[in-house]
Amino acid sequence: MDSLRCFATDTPSATKELGQTLAELLTDGDLLVLTGDLGAGKTCLTQGIGVGLGIEDRITSPTFTIASQYDGRLRLNHLDVYRVGQISETLDLDLPELLETGVTVIEWGEQIDPALPEDRLVVRLGYGDGDDDRSIRFEAQGERWTARLDTLASALGTWEVQC
Amino acid sequence: MTVVLAIETSCDETAVAIVRNGTEVLANVVSSQIDIHAEFGGVVPEVASRAHLEMLEPVLTKALDDAGMTGTDIDAVAATHGPGLIGALLVGVSEAKALALAWDVPYVGVNHMEGHLFATFLEQPDLEPPLVVLLVSGGHTLIVHLEALGRYRILGSTIDDAAGEAFDKVARYLDLGYPGGPVIDRLATEGDPTAIKFPRGLLTKGNVGDFDFSFSGLKTAVINYVRKHPEATDADLAASFQEAVVDVLVTKAMRAADHVAAKGVCLGGGVAANSRLRERFAEEAAERGIDCLVPARAFCTDNAAMIAAAATWRLANDGPTGLDDGATPNLALPTV
Repeated sequence: MDSLRCFATDTPSATKELGQTLAELLTDGDLLVLTGDLGAGKTCLTQGIGVGLGIEDRITSPTFTIASQYDGRLRLNHLDVYRVGQISETLDLDLPELLETGVTVIEWGEQIDPALPEDRLVVRLGYGDGDDDRSIRFEAQGERWTARLDTLASALGTWEVQC
Repeated sequence: MTVVLAIETSCDETAVAIVRNGTEVLANVVSSQIDIHAEFGGVVPEVASRAHLEMLEPVLTKALDDAGMTGTDIDAVAATHGPGLIGALLVGVSEAKALALAWDVPYVGVNHMEGHLFATFLEQPDLEPPLVVLLVSGGHTLIVHLEALGRYRILGSTIDDAAGEAFDKVARYLDLGYPGGPVIDRLATEGDPTAIKFPRGLLTKGNVGDFDFSFSGLKTAVINYVRKHPEATDADLAASFQEAVVDVLVTKAMRAADHVAAKGVCLGGGVAANSRLRERFAEEAAERGIDCLVPARAFCTDNAAMIAAAATWRLANDGPTGLDDGATPNLALPTV
């Protein structure tokens, strides 16, 4: 299946740059689900996406606040649902309304999987060999993303590697 | 004479306090919810708001009992209206407005961060500005220049993770339990703070006039170290990690104090309960010969007495808050 593409970065700033380049191709209503261990670079990638969306505010970890919003070319909804224990508890986040406007990035989004629409780009971040090496895997789910994956991957060609 | 009853429900704690004239604490009740959250390894938003709902009435009753008062003795009711988790904030705000209506007294919405700034004045009302306040908690890491009451400038803040968040995440990675702060504080006393040289984020000489913080790299450095040195003891990791955090916090706060020629420095926020931070902060202030106020732990962690203190000042200066005012999750500290 051609819905999988892999990338690699070797510094946090490269991860940010990848996010920035990706953001230039994002459109209203896009949903990105970020998964990966502590320190894998989820917030770092999101900071890059923020730059690419023309957001000037400082993007910080939403671990404590759960959800933050920033205004740029498109609005960025930045969520961290690590501690949202049960699906019923996501009702309070008002996801359907959030997802309608702007780009939504959800860290630890797999934890609330059933509450999310099928159309999404799953981004898996993992540790590599060196301290700063990171593997970044895109999994396109749903027509919205499978149709665009080639375009996205070629824009990110600098960092693309064999899966 | 103004007696203010304040409610604080912005995060973990359900707290109610009654304070006379902004400094005399008549009751200060905090119902720690740590038992509920320990199962989940963090703040669980809806569990938090449900727990606040359950805890609020008993905490309120105890506060009135402790003060030996009833509603007729209260001159104003205050609540934290941001920043914080929306569901949790609304519990306190709604209760405070209902009480204000029922008792026919003014309502005052208080910024949680301004509350932390006022914690200092609860214990030392005659403290003289200008001050530099280091506010460190799970969600915030700020250096505030307090020019006068109500006049604040933010000199620096975190560019990624908050200091308290770094404590929680490192504790989570090492499987030490929640909340991470007290566990690491305790473990660190058994470890060697010089065992591992962890990075000091944004603390190079070129950054002397920069009061911002970065703790994300430190968190990753701890993880990388453990992957390469599985034999490292939790105690040494805790002590060395804590030393790195404290080093950056204290150095930057003192540089800020020099920068604005502050008469004194204060600590606030949950991380201000950390033993090593309190010790180093007081030492460095003493070296500079400036006032240092490190509030009692009960006034550093979330509490309602500080909200009552801030409310007293706001009520006198700005008047009451309208009952149509809601809760704002990302409310910023009002700055000049």
